[in-house]
Amino acid sequence: MIKKITKRKKVISHKTSIIEETIEISPSTSEKIKDGVPASAPEKSNISVISRGKPRKFKGGVHPNDSKALSAASPVQDAPLLDKYRVIVHQNIGAPPEVLVKKGDEVKKGALLAKASGFVSASLHAPTSGTVTAIDKCDGPTGIRVAAIEITADGEDEWGSPFEPIADWQNAEAADLKQRVSDAGVVGMGGAGFPSHVKLSPPPAKPIDTLILNGAECEPYLTADHRLMLEQAEEVVAGAAIFARILGLKSAVIGVENNKPDAIEALKKASAKTNVTVQGLAVNYPQGAEKQLIYALTGREVPIGGLPMDVGCVVQNVASAAAVNDAVVKGHPSIERITTVTGEPLVNPGNWRFRLGTPISKSIELAGGVKYQPAKLLLGGPMMGFAQSSLDVTVMKNTSGILLIPAEQVSQYTSDPCIRCGKCVSCCPMGILPATISQAVENERFDMAAQLNVLACIECGSCSYICPSHRPLNQHFKRAKSEIMAARKKEQKK
Amino acid sequence: MIIILVSLLFAALLGAILALVIGVAAKAFAVESDPRIETVTDMLPGANCGGCGYAGCADFAKAIVEGAVPPNDCPVASAEDAVRVADYLGITAEEKEKMIAVVKCSGGISDTVRSPYNGVEDCRSAVLVAGGSKGCDYGCIGFASCARACPFDAIEIRDGLAVVHPDLCVGCGKCVDVCPKDLIVLTPAAVDVHVYCNSPEKGAAKRKVCKTACIGCRKCVKAADSEDQMLIDGFLIATNYDNPPLPDLVEKAACPTTALRLATQHAAGDTEGVSK
Repeated sequence: MIKKITKRKKVISHKTSIIEETIEISPSTSEKIKDGVPASAPEKSNISVISRGKPRKFKGGVHPNDSKALSAASPVQDAPLLDKYRVIVHQNIGAPPEVLVKKGDEVKKGALLAKASGFVSASLHAPTSGTVTAIDKCDGPTGIRVAAIEITADGEDEWGSPFEPIADWQNAEAADLKQRVSDAGVVGMGGAGFPSHVKLSPPPAKPIDTLILNGAECEPYLTADHRLMLEQAEEVVAGAAIFARILGLKSAVIGVENNKPDAIEALKKASAKTNVTVQGLAVNYPQGAEKQLIYALTGREVPIGGLPMDVGCVVQNVASAAAVNDAVVKGHPSIERITTVTGEPLVNPGNWRFRLGTPISKSIELAGGVKYQPAKLLLGGPMMGFAQSSLDVTVMKNTSGILLIPAEQVSQYTSDPCIRCGKCVSCCPMGILPATISQAVENERFDMAAQLNVLACIECGSCSYICPSHRPLNQHFKRAKSEIMAARKKEQKK
Repeated sequence: MIIILVSLLFAALLGAILALVIGVAAKAFAVESDPRIETVTDMLPGANCGGCGYAGCADFAKAIVEGAVPPNDCPVASAEDAVRVADYLGITAEEKEKMIAVVKCSGGISDTVRSPYNGVEDCRSAVLVAGGSKGCDYGCIGFASCARACPFDAIEIRDGLAVVHPDLCVGCGKCVDVCPKDLIVLTPAAVDVHVYCNSPEKGAAKRKVCKTACIGCRKCVKAADSEDQMLIDGFLIATNYDNPPLPDLVEKAACPTTALRLATQHAAGDTEGVSK
């Protein structure tokens, strides 16, 4: 009997084993970063918590075909300068920034176009030098027409950044660095677009002890973060160090899914002399979701309705880290990003560094056009991306991918009744009951859905993906969440 | 034989005792209620639509009897019904204008640009996916959320467009609340001329996605008998319900996109989208 149990244990540990390595902190650098760090900060990296080892991945998840091979080997290329850019004004979660320019204004590359209009808001900068030729509505990524600033390039592409580089950032004040993150308009570039500086300003009641960089990139097809970590590993690590300095931490951990061994290798090399740790993660969708990443790395569970700061964590995307490095070291605001343009119908799928405001049609041209007519165009990955009906939508700070899907992969099906197989329950990374909640929503019992914690849903789409009855579960939850939030707002007004 | 007799006797005795208990309980725990409430409830239409804001007709009847609301607050009841209730209660019923719902969109599937949609067939769910499949952000999605909410079957989904039948609509306002695009408005039933468009976009942008959009050409404004019969709001024109135009305006104005229609004509399907 005892033998049997030990054997079983072995299997489990084998199953969940992941690449892990803690990098030795060299005395010189650790000394350097120690300056200005509050005494309360933990002496050792939190990675010790991780390598003790039980939770390697989160509970649940699915394994969609990742199709990353299409673009993973293609190095990032700079997209050529365009004549016109149409920069969407509202690129962040929170309040839209306030537009400062007007039609006819001359702007330099990096000049402030719109200023953050509150704490949870992000500034917007000109992608190139030129003239503001229109401030009008254009097709937005969510299908609703949104305000955009059109800039006609003068071809000079001359910098006019509103701020100077902070060369000696290792000794700069944390508050100055945070102000720079905010001024540069850096947002979560993984997809959500949450202003980065907000996450770096935890209330005093919630001490932060762990900084996590999200390089999981669990969405199928996308390779933008992969190429970034591979080609700009040092900038990512430096960005992590800047985040750590702002938060008063000495260490940071970068979580990368194990399907990107070359990126892990590159990051390890780049971080060898720093106290940034690289941690491999099980390949499992949605490993890159904030709460799932925290759980996999630290074993802490973010409470329902809570934020990572409730468990002492801050999670930032690796692309945001690179953008912050640009903002601090080079003095460049966030005006470009790496985006994967991929999909089977494309002639040359790959990764490009696009300026904000580049139309999707241009990106498809760069990828060599299409071999045959695609059935669907998505911004983002296939699991959480938004379907587009217009090629005029432009690249935003959170556009991680532009994905064309062929007809044979787009299934047109009708949803059948739930057969109670429980697959959605076992794959739900948040541990809620998709089947039960969807039935409540179908009967418009939003109170019941709220009781079943539909608000905890992260809309990863795992349940919809796995459902053998093709039930549109994710859409039901979106509906329930919007109805519940609307009802709560109404209540508050009363 | 004796067994049958005993059991019959026992059943009779048990019945008598229970009847006594029920009789006493009915007297002791009787709930005083105004008999007028029941009579008024019977006089009301009994649709239980909730258009008055109360939980059904009985609840509304109670409110009338208590004097909290006038009987003509019921949107379904005709003026005669209201007068009958008022007479019964010995109060006076005021005249109340009858309202009907108008879906301010005329863009059916054949008139508008739409993208394929494969998901929950409900407007409030569809609107969460790229604002609905329609090219126009403001128009009717056509997944019948309003038609399902209508207690009187007054809304028909025709060619992916919700059409209100003015003869069936009682103006309860149930549909107004469910439309995620806030397209449905209650208008005075006496007015027949409406502009079936809700998009504030520029004329050219509207025409790109819809054949029957109001492009703000102001032909109807000029053709109207007096200037303020039609109201101009940016690129969208609307009927002034305080000073409504006569039905012949539709013919006089000859709206180039047919966005200006009579509700009766629209419901009958007489108007086809044209592109001139």
